[in-house]
Amino acid sequence: MKLFVIASREFKTLFLSPVAWTILAIMQLLFAYLFLTQLETFIRLQPKLAVIENSPGLSDIVVPPLFGNAGIILLLVTPLLTMSLICGERRNKTLSLLLSAPVSSMDIIVGKYLGVLGLLLLIVSLLTAMPLSLLAGGELDMGKLLANILALSLLVSAFAAVGLYLSTIASHPVLAAMGSFGLLLLLWILDWTTGITDQRSPLFEYLSILRHFQNLQSGLLNSVDIVYFLLFISGFLLLSIRSLDQGRRQP
Amino acid sequence: MPALLEAQRLYRYYGKHCAVNDVSFTLRQGEVLGFLGPNGAGKTTTMQMLCGVLAPSAGRIHINGFDLLAQPIPAKQQLGVCPDTPPLYRELTVVEFLAYCAQLHGLNPRQIRPAIDRAIQRCGLTTVHRRLIAHLSKGFQQRVGIAQAILHNPDIIILDEPTVGLDPLQISEIRSLIRELGHDHGIILSTHRLSEVQESCTHVQIIHQGRLILNESIAALNQLMDTGIVQITTRLEADVGLLSAIPGINAVENLTENRIRIHYSVTSNPIPRLTETIINAGWELQELTPVKKSMEDLFISLIRDNEP
Repeated sequence: MKLFVIASREFKTLFLSPVAWTILAIMQLLFAYLFLTQLETFIRLQPKLAVIENSPGLSDIVVPPLFGNAGIILLLVTPLLTMSLICGERRNKTLSLLLSAPVSSMDIIVGKYLGVLGLLLLIVSLLTAMPLSLLAGGELDMGKLLANILALSLLVSAFAAVGLYLSTIASHPVLAAMGSFGLLLLLWILDWTTGITDQRSPLFEYLSILRHFQNLQSGLLNSVDIVYFLLFISGFLLLSIRSLDQGRRQP
Repeated sequence: MPALLEAQRLYRYYGKHCAVNDVSFTLRQGEVLGFLGPNGAGKTTTMQMLCGVLAPSAGRIHINGFDLLAQPIPAKQQLGVCPDTPPLYRELTVVEFLAYCAQLHGLNPRQIRPAIDRAIQRCGLTTVHRRLIAHLSKGFQQRVGIAQAILHNPDIIILDEPTVGLDPLQISEIRSLIRELGHDHGIILSTHRLSEVQESCTHVQIIHQGRLILNESIAALNQLMDTGIVQITTRLEADVGLLSAIPGINAVENLTENRIRIHYSVTSNPIPRLTETIINAGWELQELTPVKKSMEDLFISLIRDNEP
């Protein structure tokens, strides 16, 4: 499959420059700090929790806040990773290599997407290693951990799809990064108004990426939330394929 | 012989500007088609349409019988393209890059290594094949671009200005490579240098303001190029009227008082009569230099011919 040829090239290229290594190192440092803070909180609360029945356990206090904060950090980082996927190739005039090769627009877009998604999922798996290390001396609610891994993986997949689309339509990588950052942040904060006033907008609640993410994080695997993410991802991938095809027609 | 590539009535608009206007031609095996035109004539746009990077606003392109728009994947299978800026990933080595291109063109894993070795050897990249593309000189980068285009042994090779930025030795190497490839492939070569077309091509096409104004074999072009130019310097002022009376001389231009430029027909060769006349008249011939006919001269004469 040509799609995997493009995906593996994209993934390997990230590791040929310092980009992937730097991002992995910085992410790991930030995550470690967040993880240790959460752990500290648990240790401080432990004597009080011990006397309460049905109190939140280690998994509840460490995992969801850690993955939630990782989501925010990845919201800042993903646009930087995706900004030059198509836009950078167009500027370096290397896009014509792909356009004149016997590969379809779908192969190009999905290949590029899977390549960058590989790095994002690697970041998620390195993050997962931290709570897993607690198994050495404690017990974890594996179901809850898996729900968090799924939630964060779907979240970064959605981020990458938006970033790729913006990179397909933008003329400069910085515009693509700004555009995808703005759009993702808007979707993140979309349902904040419901907390402030007593007005509720079901549409905004449905659109809010944060709400679906938190639903999954709580361990409630609702098909509505999973379908939301799948629609979100495939929608932006289809838009990217269309926009790449359109690029051949327009100057 | 069936045509390898057939372009029918291609149009391309950028907004209201028409960059390519009703261009049709065919390419057969063994032909090297030179695509000539000044900057901005529509060469690159046409090339980009032929290799599927741009879609034409109207018209059809058939490659090996496949419609490039309706069945792009089988059509592009037999296409090797090197655009004016070679599309190179600077962070890869030459071999890594060529391996990626081979995979993109669907070569099976056993064919990849021999294909790369052959392309490297043909394009003279043996000494640099392990180096990063970013560290190569422009000439070598250009060759990597050509290696990428011939790697999968395509029936049709499209090269957009392949010799720009190369030194004379490299240019002649690339030209002989093109001639060699021309035996069993169809090649389209765009350039703005007339000499390149005369040396490497079997057919020539001239595009001007988006229209094809000439589509001929190279022999027909040479006939068209019959006019030659010489520049003459004399110590005393020459009599233009006397010189233009010599048969075979088409026009005489006064550049300065002592310097004139003469347009003549190469077949009737009036140069001996010309020198004789100058010497006999006692104007003291100081310099007689043939002026290389430029693309512009050819254009001017063609455009003049095309206008009613």
